[in-house]
Amino acid sequence: MTLQQSRQTRGPASGPKAEVGGGTQPLGPRQGEDRQQSSAHHRSRERFSRALGWFSLSLGLPAVATPRELARLTGVPDDQQNRTVLRVVGVRELGVGFGILTQPRSAAWLWGRVAGDAMDLALLGLALRSKHAQQSRVTAATAAVVGVTALDLVRAVQLSRGLGRPSGRVREDRGMHVLKTITVNRSPEEVYGFWHDFRNLPRFMDHLEDVQVIGERRSHWKAKAPAGRTVEWDAEIVEDRPGELIAWRSLEGADVRNSGSVRFTPAPGRRGTEVRVELHYSPPGGVVGATIAGLFGEEPDQQVNGDLRRFKQVMETGEVVQSDATTHGRPHPAQPPKDGVIAQ
Amino acid sequence: MKAITWNGKKSVRVEQVPDPRILNARDAIVKITSTAICGSDLHLYNGFIPTMENGDVLGHEFMGEVVETGSGVANLKVGDRVVVPFPIACGKCWSCQHELYSLCENSNPNAWMAEKLMGHSPAGLFGYSHMLGGYAGGQAEYARVPFADVGPLKVPEGVSDEQVLFLSDIFPTGYMGAEMCDIQPGDVIAVWGCGPVGQFAIASAFLLGAERVIAIDRFPYRLEMARDKAGAETINYEEADVYQGLMEMTGGRGPDACIDAAGMEAHAPGLLNVYDRAKQAVMLETDRPIALREAIMACRNGGTVSVIGIYGGFIDKFPMGSVVNRSLTIKSGQTHVHRYMRPLLERIQKGEIDPSFVITHRMRLDDAPRGYEIFVNKQEACEKIVLKP
Repeated sequence: MTLQQSRQTRGPASGPKAEVGGGTQPLGPRQGEDRQQSSAHHRSRERFSRALGWFSLSLGLPAVATPRELARLTGVPDDQQNRTVLRVVGVRELGVGFGILTQPRSAAWLWGRVAGDAMDLALLGLALRSKHAQQSRVTAATAAVVGVTALDLVRAVQLSRGLGRPSGRVREDRGMHVLKTITVNRSPEEVYGFWHDFRNLPRFMDHLEDVQVIGERRSHWKAKAPAGRTVEWDAEIVEDRPGELIAWRSLEGADVRNSGSVRFTPAPGRRGTEVRVELHYSPPGGVVGATIAGLFGEEPDQQVNGDLRRFKQVMETGEVVQSDATTHGRPHPAQPPKDGVIAQ
Repeated sequence: MKAITWNGKKSVRVEQVPDPRILNARDAIVKITSTAICGSDLHLYNGFIPTMENGDVLGHEFMGEVVETGSGVANLKVGDRVVVPFPIACGKCWSCQHELYSLCENSNPNAWMAEKLMGHSPAGLFGYSHMLGGYAGGQAEYARVPFADVGPLKVPEGVSDEQVLFLSDIFPTGYMGAEMCDIQPGDVIAVWGCGPVGQFAIASAFLLGAERVIAIDRFPYRLEMARDKAGAETINYEEADVYQGLMEMTGGRGPDACIDAAGMEAHAPGLLNVYDRAKQAVMLETDRPIALREAIMACRNGGTVSVIGIYGGFIDKFPMGSVVNRSLTIKSGQTHVHRYMRPLLERIQKGEIDPSFVITHRMRLDDAPRGYEIFVNKQEACEKIVLKP
């Protein structure tokens, strides 16, 4: 996820706020919206959008500049009224095309294309009935527009359903919001106790390097950033209910403004504790904004998912579980590691 | 050390890889004395299981001698002789505490991959893809055994490797397949597939009180073993219609329970086989459920279909109407091996069964590539290969 992508992405307009304290209510129903798409899928879907955008521009330009030729090409009668209609269509296409190319993940522009297609089909329908039209050319143009309409519909529906967006919730303010939950086979008190000592967090949170406790409510956090850099901040606990909830937020001067909360509820039937984690990062933009993206990579949802799985492993089995392949810290065949290549 | 590695479809190699060592406190290192090629390894060999990588060490049926233990392993000591169950289980999660060991919630560090394919992740397994953990397997000289305080079974004096090796997988697998049938007095059980798991399903059905067992396969040598060693009646599906045969043998009722011990690469004569092979070849379905369809259609009203053959992904033309309208019960699972090792060891010690009856080939580890080849091609009447490192 790059800064540019986060800027272009729209989160749910009325998405729940992540203020710690009051805003820690579970976001359960929204979890279904999270799509874990591979980056390859993002890219191919985005290319699809961009192709449609360029198509709009390539249609719009001649319609505005040379309506006479376009009328001849599509077989509609070349009269003053039709030239005016084509210019209007051209302006519309230029606007939509520009919109798509600057915001390829926005469904609105694609729905704009679909509406334009419907208008074009209506106009071509009228042209077909005109005595002055060249029927074969108008028919061919109609067939072409029907085909393009289908493509536009596919992409517009994809975008409306949230496909092709990065996972994790990227909000209007360009922040990143993640909610994940897992059940741990331990009592709420034990799980709370372990989490409450923030020094434990780097044991299972991949992007954290170190957390130091510097007071009853204050701590200093250090996280890994791309290119071997680190980002740091002081945080304070803003709400603390033993066995139930811990909420924290970064203090003034943080490299990356962020907040988080973790809620512990007993799972039914002695199944342990349901742990709900919410994290919110608000990059101020610029370089640091890009750093945030780097903290979590392409799939922030998956990253936090992994963190919680490791948390469960530590709580239930005593440590993070390693397989022969995962010890290498990168894709590797399932073979024992050589001396000195263990990632953790 | 020497290990057998996967190198793409139909290619396994003997390779030098680093020796395993303790990575987690509850690990042990086992020097392998006997290991086997499993029928499910053939699904890897044939390239049907996703997320394999060139160089993955294969093998999930092995036993040996403990040579090193981590600081968290108190129940084993160097020199102990152990059989290792193929699913890796932590013993502490909810699933383990409910004896659902092959569903351990902590042993698959690549759980996210499995979640994408299956919704949730099962346990990690030895030598069986990255989606199921990325653990090096036991067709090697040594293996690292995670959660060694939970899995390995200490083998008492007086029983040979060959008698207990299959406690690692195929004997408990066949046994669980029969147990899921909830066998009642008078029950007739049908078993699709007379590979080693099928043989143990037949033998276990008798141990659990089945009246008769009917075994289905196409290789005469396998049907012969099912008849002579395991005590089944048999149907060769290349010579007779399975459904008709089963109806004739059960007074038209159908078997009380059906066990699918064939799995995703089942065969059948005729058009349906061509249909499934074509769809599988172009990835429209990942598995060929030919035996499973037959088992469902043949099973008596209200009966049970027990699925222990391996399926990897998605199947097509599944006769759900037959299941619903005839009140069938489908049960399945990767074997919760830990649950069965001790009771089955006792049956072996009492002489109720000698699992070594399935062994047809004994080879050196170096000969594994040839072993895979004859096993997959059913040459030399190959039923079960045991490898000695």
